Order: sequence, then C-alpha cells, then structure tokens
Amino acid sequence: MSVVNVVPALYEAIDPDHTPVQGMPFFLFTVLKMLIIFTVYMIGVAMLTLAERKISAWIQDRHGPNRVGKGWLQPAADGLKNFMKEETMPAGVNKPLFILAPILSFIPALTAWCVIPFGAPVATRWGRVDLVVADLPVGFLFILAITSLGVYGIVLAGWSSNNKYALLGGLRSSAQMVSYEISMGMSTIPVLLLAGNVSLNSIINQQAWGGWNVINLTVAFFIFMVAAFAETNRLPFDLPEAESELIAGYHTEYSAMKFSLFFIAEYASMVTASALMATLFFGGWDVPFTARDNIGPYSGWLSLLSVGIFLAKILFFLFVFMWVRWTLPRFRYDQLMSLGWKVLLPLALVYIVLIATVMLGLSAAGIGPGFYQASILGSINIILIIVLFGVFDRGRIISPAYGRMHPREIERLRRLDRRPRVAAEATR
Amino acid sequence: MAIKVKVVDRPVEDVSYVRAMFKGMGLTIKHMFDVTNRATIQYPEEKAPISPRWRGTHRMLTTETGKARCVACGLCPTVCPANCIKLVPGEDEEGNRYPLVFEIDEFRCIFCGYCQEVCPEEAIHVGRHYENSEYSREGFVYDLQRLMDQTHPVCEMWDPEDPKGQ
Repeated sequence: MSVVNVVPALYEAIDPDHTPVQGMPFFLFTVLKMLIIFTVYMIGVAMLTLAERKISAWIQDRHGPNRVGKGWLQPAADGLKNFMKEETMPAGVNKPLFILAPILSFIPALTAWCVIPFGAPVATRWGRVDLVVADLPVGFLFILAITSLGVYGIVLAGWSSNNKYALLGGLRSSAQMVSYEISMGMSTIPVLLLAGNVSLNSIINQQAWGGWNVINLTVAFFIFMVAAFAETNRLPFDLPEAESELIAGYHTEYSAMKFSLFFIAEYASMVTASALMATLFFGGWDVPFTARDNIGPYSGWLSLLSVGIFLAKILFFLFVFMWVRWTLPRFRYDQLMSLGWKVLLPLALVYIVLIATVMLGLSAAGIGPGFYQASILGSINIILIIVLFGVFDRGRIISPAYGRMHPREIERLRRLDRRPRVAAEATR
Repeated sequence: MAIKVKVVDRPVEDVSYVRAMFKGMGLTIKHMFDVTNRATIQYPEEKAPISPRWRGTHRMLTTETGKARCVACGLCPTVCPANCIKLVPGEDEEGNRYPLVFEIDEFRCIFCGYCQEVCPEEAIHVGRHYENSEYSREGFVYDLQRLMDQTHPVCEMWDPEDPKGQ
C-alpha cells in the first residue's frame, strides 16, 4: 500500500463514533472558538512582551521589570502608556497607507491562527468539535498565502512614512521576506510529501502515527526555523528595523498605538511561527509517546491535555526565539542574502529530491508510516546534519568578515576591481 | 590599486557559524540561570556602598549647646571655586563671631571639598550622601538650619599620613 493512500485513510478513521457538529451549534462553537483564540492570543502577546524583557534581563544578569505589580502588570502599564501618548502624523506621509500599514502587518499573523489546530477534538452532545476555528482542507496553503501578506504592512509603513530610514527598512524587509518565503515554502514540501495532504490535521495525524517530523525531516526543520526567524524579522535577521543603522527602520515615524500595533504584530507573528513549527515538525497537539490518542474515543481531559501540550511546544519555541535574539548579532545584508539564496534554497531543493526519492524507495519496499520509516529517515537526517554542520560549515554557511575566503571569491573581487579602471582608461 | 584581501587561515572552530552559535547560546543560557549573580542593585531598597571619601551634601556640625561650630571666619567662601557659599558674619555681646547668614547653593557646588579642608573649626563638612532632589531651584539653597539638621555621616578627607584610608 503506498504511503499516499495510508494517511488519508488514517484521517478518515479519526472519528468512528462522532460526526462533526452541524448547523447552529457549529456556528456557535465557531464563534466561541474565535473569541477564545483571540482573547488568549492577545493576552499571550501582551505577556510575551514581558517575557521578552524578563528573559533578556536574565540573560544579561539583570532582574527585568519587577515594579508594576511585581512585574506582572508591566504589559498593562505599557498598554496604558501607549494609549495616552500622542499620535504623531509627520508632514508628507501618505495618510491612508500610513494608518493602514500597522493594521496590515498585524492581521495576517492573527488570521493564520484560524487554521492551526490547537487540540484534540472534543466530543459533545451535538457532535465532534474540532479544536480549530476553520478546518480548511487546504490549511497549509492558506497559511503560506496569509503569512506572506505580512510583508505588505512593513513595506507600506516604510514607503508611506516619507522617511529615508523607514524606506530603507521597508526595502530590506521586502527583499528579506520574499527571499526567505521561498526557502520556507520549499522546506515544507517534504512535510507535505510525508503527510500526503495539505490539511494541518492530517499532518498532525501523520506525525502521531509515524513519528515527529523533527526526526523524519530534521534538515527541513532547520531550514524552516531559520526562515521563520527571517520572516518574523527577529534577530539575527532584524535588518528591517536595525536600530543601529536605520534608527527603527520601517516604524521610525510611528508613535503611540500605531507603533504598539507593529510591536504586537511582531510578537503575533512569532506566536504564529512557533505554532507552525510545533504543528509541522513537533506533532502539533499530539501527546508524545501515545500513537493512538488522536483516533478517539475523545474526552475532555484528553483535549485539555493536548491543548496544554500544544501550548508548551509553542512556549518552548517562543523561548528559543528570545534566546536566539539575545545571543546572536545581526547579519550583514550580504550574509543575509547569500544565506537565503545560496545556502537555504539549494539545500531545500536538494532535500526535497532526496526525501522524495527515499519515500519512493520506502513505499516500493512496502514500508509505510511507522517506526521503521521514522528510523530510516532519522538516520538519513543524522548523517545529513553531521555533513552539513561538520563539513560544510567552514565559513561557508555564514561568511564571517574575518573568515577564510574561497580563492575563487577573492579572484572575483579582484576582477570587479579591475573593471572600472579598464573602462576609465578606455575613455581617456 | 588592487584590493588587498588578507586571507587569515583560521581553524574550523573559529569560522564555523553553527558551532560558534551553539557556544554563544550555551553562554547566554548559563547566565540566564545564574540567579545568584545578578548585577542589578534594586536602588531605592538597596544602595550601592559609597566610598568613605565620598563628597556629597554638606553638613554643619554643632557644638554641645546645639549651636553651629562656624565662627564666620570667611575662609570657605573665599576658597570655594564655585562661589556657592554665602556668608554674612555677625558678632554677639561676648565678641564671639557667628554666621548671621550661611547658605550653600547645592546646585552650584562642585563638591570639591575645599570648604571642609579649609575650615579651622571643622564646622562645615561635605557628607556621604547623594540623594538631593527638590521641586524648585530655590530648594537647593540650603540655609544654616538645614545644614545643621543633616544627619548623614561626613566625608573622611584624604590623610597624607594614611594615603590608603586604613
């Protein structure tokens, strides 16, 4: 039986006893889920600003905010402050776009959440309620489409501000996000190959059945993580706001709540990226070491546990986001571009071919999702990781300013230098 | 002029980004959980120790009878480089000189400590105290009574006999 057939069949078998809710209860449950997600999300984002400050403080041997309500009320105080500040409107801005930009940068990050499943389904009197706002059959494509809209907010903010720093920030972000979007999309193709479906629920079910994708597709996970850092404009990829060179980049001219909205958008997209990493590579809400927990019978406790586990995974990735931010310095622009185009994209492409070949071989040998498949893929990945990080990473993955340069690169630089001189001599 | 590219042949450990990254992240997480070594001093509650020679807010010492020790000799306004001491001398029935007006503008003062050094009666001192805040500029002009009311410890001046302050 080929792999492509196994997983949809598995997905069909998910609800032996319960049919999804229909009609009015469906509508009410959806509204309820939306409200819960929005509330938890906004409070979570607010608390994340506190977490960022606390973690940065701890990493730098400080205490962090601990005055307003022992520190817990700091986000509320910040919010209050931002409400009371003056909304500046600099001369020469394109007013409609200037106001639209923060909204545009915030909405895509939030919208992506409507297709991310956050827990095991709950069985109710009216039928099975999936813990996802909208269980789109094309969930993953929807996410790719929506998250790439985030760049518009930043570019529009940079352009409409009528400020050179903001414009440069906007330009950088458009180049950066478009470049890494490609690697991000490419790195997820192996995930879809394994799942045989683009619905996020089936990706989670496949991982519950055949091992987490971080083992199956470690290289893809690394590519995805790096691209996610770049997509969310977090260090070491925070070139769009690069405070040491561009003041604050695209949001230089923003103040008060509009600035705050950019700030919220950054954290919101961090949460979304973390949720995606958890869903695509760490089994989503799947309870570890229990392969059958997403087949049913469902209980409230199981759902609660799975939501908790999903939250724990998201929090872990959020912590990694912050940990990396307060460790690594910003890349140079050329390093950023060469990492995206010369390393991540070819790597992702090669990896797709490799995984596709291996999957073909495995299904020819009759090995479906399960322990054997996971261990074969896992050992391939271990070899790849050793080769990548041990052999290739010698000043090539990120070329440091002081590192050894390939002789070919030096020759190219020399040729570039010779060229204008020749041209100048010819005109003389 | 050809570009002179200096190629430094460094060992792999130095040019490997991934290794350097993991090393750095190890360092930061070590600092994160190192809760006993926080550099912050929670200022209003705990204060950093100040040197015994700290020259801060002035203080006028008093005699046993509660009067200022100052004899209005006029040395401190003379020596003061910032011109912040205002002294109007007076004399009582027994011929003892005392200050009618003695004011120090703490805003003007540069806390050099010359007034303490020059004072023959060891009356005016600079003190080991630094929290001066007021709602107005006038509030920084300390009069005689206010200088006498200060209770903080005074500065221990540098002693040529004991240069390290032991």
